[in-house]
Amino acid sequence: MAGRTLYDKIWQAHIVHEEPGKPTLIFIDRHLIHEGTSPQAFAGLKSAGRKVRRPELTFAVMDHSVSTKDRLLPVLDADARGQFEALERNCAESGVHLFDMHSKNQGIVHIIGPELGITQPGQTIVCGDSHTSTHGAFGALAFGIGTSEIEHVLATQCLTQFGSKTMKVDIQGKRPRGVTAKDIILAVIGKIGIAGGNGYVFEYTGEAVRGLSMEGRMTMCNMSIEGGARAGMVAPDETTFAYMEGRPFVPRGKDFQVAVDYWKTLATEADAKYDSTLTLHSRDLAPMVTWGTNPGMVTQVSERVPDPASFKDAVDREAATRALVYMDLKPGTLIEDIPLDRVFIGSCTNSRLEDLRLAAKVVSGKHVSKSLKQALVVPGSRAVKAEAEKEGLDKIFRAAGFEWRDAGCSMCIGMNDDVLLSGERSASTSNRNFEGRQGKGSRTHLVSPMMAAAAAIEGHFVDIRKWDNVESVE
Amino acid sequence: MEPFIKHTGLVAPINRVNVDTDQMVPKQFLKLLTREGFGRVLFYDWRYLPGEKPNPDFVLNQARYKGASVCLARANFGCGSSREHAPWAILDYGFQAILAPSYADIFYNNCFKNGILPVTLTNEQIDELFARTEKNDGYTVTVDLEKQVVTDSMGLRYAFEIDPFRRDCLLRGLDDIGLSLVHESKISAFEEKNLKHPMMYDAVDVKHHSDTPHAARHN
Repeated sequence: MAGRTLYDKIWQAHIVHEEPGKPTLIFIDRHLIHEGTSPQAFAGLKSAGRKVRRPELTFAVMDHSVSTKDRLLPVLDADARGQFEALERNCAESGVHLFDMHSKNQGIVHIIGPELGITQPGQTIVCGDSHTSTHGAFGALAFGIGTSEIEHVLATQCLTQFGSKTMKVDIQGKRPRGVTAKDIILAVIGKIGIAGGNGYVFEYTGEAVRGLSMEGRMTMCNMSIEGGARAGMVAPDETTFAYMEGRPFVPRGKDFQVAVDYWKTLATEADAKYDSTLTLHSRDLAPMVTWGTNPGMVTQVSERVPDPASFKDAVDREAATRALVYMDLKPGTLIEDIPLDRVFIGSCTNSRLEDLRLAAKVVSGKHVSKSLKQALVVPGSRAVKAEAEKEGLDKIFRAAGFEWRDAGCSMCIGMNDDVLLSGERSASTSNRNFEGRQGKGSRTHLVSPMMAAAAAIEGHFVDIRKWDNVESVE
Repeated sequence: MEPFIKHTGLVAPINRVNVDTDQMVPKQFLKLLTREGFGRVLFYDWRYLPGEKPNPDFVLNQARYKGASVCLARANFGCGSSREHAPWAILDYGFQAILAPSYADIFYNNCFKNGILPVTLTNEQIDELFARTEKNDGYTVTVDLEKQVVTDSMGLRYAFEIDPFRRDCLLRGLDDIGLSLVHESKISAFEEKNLKHPMMYDAVDVKHHSDTPHAARHN
């Protein structure tokens, strides 16, 4: 019998009930919720007369609509306020632990889960948010669910799921200077397209992935969904265990050792078979910039905006044509010549301490271009913010002309006041460049934190590899 | 959930690939507390000009597609965000079935939870349906889940595949939480058996975990 993959092992360890021809009932170890997608689930539960089965396995946080400015001011947006109040009420009634907007642990749900050690290797983790794939960086099976499934987990601590196919995404060789996890995952999505991973769970392997910090692995797994895969994973290793140790919700002492021993058994076996394999080599990687209206419309910073006529497939051609109209870009324009209005460093993709350190190093001693309307740094969590301030990163950013904000989803989704105005163009470290994502009529270019930082200084994209103050990453 | 057995209705074409759920329900409408009323905002940014005036260029605003209940779509329909507001909006607008060559996973799953039938056909079949919809004013199809076939009045007949379990749940309008709770004793047994397993460690240090929320509260 062929060996088992990381995915197989976690799946099999969580089977509660299975029968032929039906989806499998699997147990969910950790359930994360936020104000945006949970109220209808609690309402449904209540109207069916059901209770939250295991409130201690669900964790709630306010992140999507929170202000990144002064949180002591009243919430003026009545709808947002209604959601915050509903979450408070639902958590209080059901016994779910809530990190509200005033908690020192508040932050984007996918930042605080790992940071607090709620996320652990080998677990099944779900959340009503597609970027739940982030948590797979720890060797967990983590994926986004809809509100009906949130209700299902609240009621049963289980989900009915069909198994997924597995794709090995192998990044060979050492990551080059100036190339980050963000650039790798954008290259992967550029290669397979945004539907390339539909039906799959990705497992990221190879020297370049092993060389990434947990932060970098989270960035890669986070954007698995942008390649169509509900989940992405990295097998846990010493980097993972070192990250875990001592975090608030991680077992301590002897229990930690028992856990590590178990986590060590999770890696994919040498003779295991994947349903598909994609291999990229680091020497072909470069800093990436999206030019279109989905994350698969991406190219290297040294390239030009493509000519739609160059696409072989008629459907791609039409999509590219439409995207360039929306983005107001002409084919053949050098990526480095694209001028920007705003720069956003934040989101569950790129707002961890490592991201902020890399960006700060780029902007240190420089100043944001006069042509820019705004440059924004939004730490992913209040803990990241506090750490960054301890290191003086806030001062570096402020001196360079960036705004330094409180933690939340912010301009990635623009559910609070942090939005682009119609027609404005951003360099953004977030995960989606869909039409209207950052505000109606917004034009988003996805990049790494270093690339965003450098673009803020110059007012247009620049090839970070040409700068000498780039963090040497290996 | 309402059962889906068979539906005949007017077809409206959304002729774009990779329609993401941000387009179906833009973020400003994610702050509501109910599942109802999202039909008005479906495809909001495409559908309306400033002041919520219907944009005459958007297909659903054309008179010939008023009252459509079958959504004809392109590949990777529903990609992006997991927001279930997207299928809520589709359903509330009046669509009961979707015909497309492929769907994004989370959206596909969410459709079944709401009694919407997402039918998967081949690219060629979808092309033909777009052609017929374009050519024939008032073009309707019948989507028959029991027989697993899409038909029109001009002899078109496309069989489609669907997972038998999902089909059964739709046909009977089953509440899948109820279905899972049938296995309550197995869930309890699983919890019992794995109580000491590392993956199941009591997260829950919560009680000992010091987090003193700020006294200030939003009003």
